[in-house]
Amino acid sequence: MHELGIVFYIIRDVKQVAEENHVEHVASVVMDIGEVSTVMPHLLSDCWRWAADKEPMLQGCESEVNTIPAVTWCDGCKSEYPTVAHGRTCPRCGSENTWLLRGNEVEIKEIKV
Amino acid sequence: MTECIMDELRIIEIKKSVFADNDRDANLLREELKQQGVFLLNLMSAPGSGKTTTLIQTINRLKERLRVAVMEADIDSDVDARKMKETTGVESIQLHTGGMCHLDAEMTRQGLAALSLEKTDLVILENVGNLVCPAEFDTGSSANAMILSVPEGDDKPLKYPLMFSVCDLVLINKTDVMPYFDFDLERCKQNILMRNPKATIIPISAKTGEGIDDFAQWLVNEVQNWKK
Repeated sequence: MHELGIVFYIIRDVKQVAEENHVEHVASVVMDIGEVSTVMPHLLSDCWRWAADKEPMLQGCESEVNTIPAVTWCDGCKSEYPTVAHGRTCPRCGSENTWLLRGNEVEIKEIKV
Repeated sequence: MTECIMDELRIIEIKKSVFADNDRDANLLREELKQQGVFLLNLMSAPGSGKTTTLIQTINRLKERLRVAVMEADIDSDVDARKMKETTGVESIQLHTGGMCHLDAEMTRQGLAALSLEKTDLVILENVGNLVCPAEFDTGSSANAMILSVPEGDDKPLKYPLMFSVCDLVLINKTDVMPYFDFDLERCKQNILMRNPKATIIPISAKTGEGIDDFAQWLVNEVQNWKK
């Protein structure tokens, strides 16, 4: 359900950009989705298929997802580590004084027309 | 926005967060509410944590001090809005999200338009029961609050970090059943504060009334500050 709401936002943005560029049909939408963004790519593409086909401008339009790996910064030892494998605790120094650098993205990268 | 031609397909670069439009709408709505002196509380939680019962208890203690209205957001049905109206007498409306798991700023604005805002100090938005999606979408609220109930477990702040990090207030509800559950209140508070050092935490029981006066007083203070 979460993904469906996001798809409605994507459709609104893509239609607006397409209209501004006098595009009649969009072939593909490319998304950047962070690993820890809470958006599941396979659910996003299912929702996309269902909703996009209801829009004449987006019928058959593909959705492509680039997954952005999540990276956390540790303030304890001033280094980066992969978030999904280690969570909030730094694997090098055990510090919990850490925060997410990237991996939370839900972005429309580009459209192909 | 840049363009290039590749394999007959033209690429139009957008590079924009899906949440950008909603964030802009929400900031605009928040500013308008500030000017009107209306405080909007966005109340979130998992289904069954006691949002409606807590609100009924709290509003009945508040309504002499503040003019309150309630917006109930659900995927379907109007049971909450009717119950609220019958038990508290305050203005309450039901919003349907049309299958969506959250409310956004535009839906919130439409709901507010149906209320008599000029006669209201505090609007409480009871968001859809869900610990994930509502945290992603700013409603334009003056403050965010959530209810975590004891049966859900003290580890929820670890599992749903975003929800706990966007809330100004966390109510820990159903403290009356604490003896029956393996729930460590101090550990729960630590887990919340690790995500969100600024969070105010109030243990309550909507059933026995414990902590409800503290929540009511928190609301009175927040509304007074908002109107300054």
